[in-house]
Amino acid sequence: MAYQRVLTQYINEPGSYTLDSYLKHQRGYEGLRKALTLKPGEIIDQVKASGLRGRGGAGFPTGMKWQFVLKDTPKPKYICCNADESEPGTFKDHVLMERNPHLLIEGCAIGCYAIGAKVAYIYIRGEFYHVQQILEAEIEKAYKAGYLGKNIFGSGFDCDVYVHRGAGAYEAGEETALIESLEGKRAQPRIKPPFPAVAGLYQCPTAVNNVETLCNVPLIIMNGPEWFSKLGPEKNGGPKLYCISGHVKKPGVYEAAMDTTLRELIYDERFAGGMMDERPMKAVIPGGSSVPLLLPDQLDIPASFDGVQKAGSLLGSAGLIVFNDSVCAVWLAMNLLHFYRHESCGKCTPCREGTDWLLKLLMRIERGEGQPKDLDLLFGVSNNIVGKTLCAFGDAAATPVLSTMKLFRDEYEAHIRAGACTLPAPWRAKHAMAGAH
Amino acid sequence: MSFHPRMEYAPAKFHKSERTLAEQGGDFKYTPENQAKFDENVTHYPPEQRKSAILFALYLAQGQQGYLTAAAMQHVAQQIGCTAAEVEDVVTYYTMFYRTPVGKYVINVCRTLSCALLGAERVTEELSAALGIKPGETDPTGTFTLVEVECLGACDRAPVVMVNDEWHERLAPEQSAKLIADIRTKGAAAFTGCHLNKEAQQGAGARGTGDRGKGDRT
Ligand SMILES: Cc1cc2nc3c(=O)[nH]c(=O)nc-3n(C[C@H](O)[C@H](O)[C@H](O)COP(=O)(O)O)c2cc1C
Ligand code: SF4
Ligand code: FES
Repeated sequence: MAYQRVLTQYINEPGSYTLDSYLKHQRGYEGLRKALTLKPGEIIDQVKASGLRGRGGAGFPTGMKWQFVLKDTPKPKYICCNADESEPGTFKDHVLMERNPHLLIEGCAIGCYAIGAKVAYIYIRGEFYHVQQILEAEIEKAYKAGYLGKNIFGSGFDCDVYVHRGAGAYEAGEETALIESLEGKRAQPRIKPPFPAVAGLYQCPTAVNNVETLCNVPLIIMNGPEWFSKLGPEKNGGPKLYCISGHVKKPGVYEAAMDTTLRELIYDERFAGGMMDERPMKAVIPGGSSVPLLLPDQLDIPASFDGVQKAGSLLGSAGLIVFNDSVCAVWLAMNLLHFYRHESCGKCTPCREGTDWLLKLLMRIERGEGQPKDLDLLFGVSNNIVGKTLCAFGDAAATPVLSTMKLFRDEYEAHIRAGACTLPAPWRAKHAMAGAH
Repeated sequence: MSFHPRMEYAPAKFHKSERTLAEQGGDFKYTPENQAKFDENVTHYPPEQRKSAILFALYLAQGQQGYLTAAAMQHVAQQIGCTAAEVEDVVTYYTMFYRTPVGKYVINVCRTLSCALLGAERVTEELSAALGIKPGETDPTGTFTLVEVECLGACDRAPVVMVNDEWHERLAPEQSAKLIADIRTKGAAAFTGCHLNKEAQQGAGARGTGDRGKGDRT
């Protein structure tokens, strides 16, 4: 049976973002209406039973996260929706917020009710200003229609949803850094524990959830946890959005169940439709820039959290970056390390200094000035970052280096032998700009 | 500066710890409209958490003046009820705040992987040549500033360029010089906008994000 899209079925219709369209096509706010007839604990149970796993990167069970939120405290509780979406190769929340914002708004409201919060903040990256405008206008409409605000559906439940604009910082996507940023500080992570569920925003119990995660909640409430968990393989149920970019024919956001294979996502006509200009694929990064590469012979695996992990990588944010054989592995690592050096929040030394050293070494090798001992140095610096940092950013930053060194060590060596880049593609800078900034 | 004779420390500008004193600038005060916007925004947070409104407050100040001076940061500090140093701490961390004047159009070219794979490095070169400035610089007329930024979250429309708060997508290197010429004559009308956004607002056709002109997204 063909997969029936649920998150993105109507997004290509004109005006899909409006409240009218949401009510007409998607049984809008019926999930919330139903949720308010249940006890908060029952909602958490349903989300747990559904097996919903966080779509922000780590794949942690959402129901469990909500259950951990401290209940016996007079303090207010909060939902923070993570709409920072800055992981290179990821652009699914962008589409959801822009084309189906009410699904998120409804998800926020149900989430608040479930954990006993009255306020949800949607932390959106500063660059998504156009998305923010849509989101704010639609929130306004939800208030007017009585889906937000005081005494929703006469249930006595109050809920406010606010959009909070970030200002350009990848690290603000890390959950405790997001909370710090929401509190009006630098987006630098906190030492955990305590986890946000105990002491999050304003030191109050907080659940931080990704946009796509919250969008799944109304669907679970409406269609039941069983429906959800049966959509896709065991422990990897529910609809999933895949972001496919790079050297493919039809880059974009595609919805599928997690029994779909990576090969289908990249080559099937229903999805990205194969490689651009039919050039052979060199490798794919399956889950946003922070995860290890997979080779063309590793694609026949389900694109699920567990499937990709079994193959030696991670599904992460499901951002597939596909590239062909014109790409130099050293250049690729250099490009990504530029990102990580730029975005390191600077709080801990291995990451702050290490990313800079890795980039310098990679630039040196790419320029053709590398020495044989640089490879050990790259390896050594990477391993002095991995596992030694405050947040997962450090491991993520070392991954492109370790992964390309593992798979394409010969290319690194060839650069050093040849004293030049061995694969200078025509789409790259004509003049070596590397090192200019 | 280095603490070890053989070890060159990373230039401070790579780190979020960069600290240069902001220019004092002339007297700064919110316009009444901006004051009203700030007063509304602050109500989104608990009364004792005014500091949460700091990013919003800084956007307002930057919008009013083009960039942030020490006087503007002091005004924000007063509004929030914190020290000017705390405001500066925040300003120096986030990339979307400017502490020196920028051009009327700040061209942010995404340089991260998906965009780079489709020619973003060449786009920067072409824009740089067309404007006669290097990334990070502003042209002498104060019209354009060229900046390289990291992933903008629209990698399927690579290469992506953000100009102020507007987007321009699928900018091929060969079209880059023309884009500059178009901005000069047409202003903001030269931008494609965010593809998705345009469709959402105008309901123009059923094209998803996933096409290069042929085929539709599932
Ligand atoms: C460096 C770093 C950046 C992150 N960026 C994002 C992000 O942009 N969006 C997101 O949803 N989660 C991001 N995460 C994951 C969050 O920390 C957190 O796990 C997530 O928001 C939890 O939501 P979920 O359980 O719904 O997935 C990031 C994590 C790290 C370590
Ligand atoms: S690992 Fe990097 S990003 Fe994370 S806290 Fe340390 S310095 Fe900051
Ligand atoms: S890499 Fe350019 S938008 Fe993501």
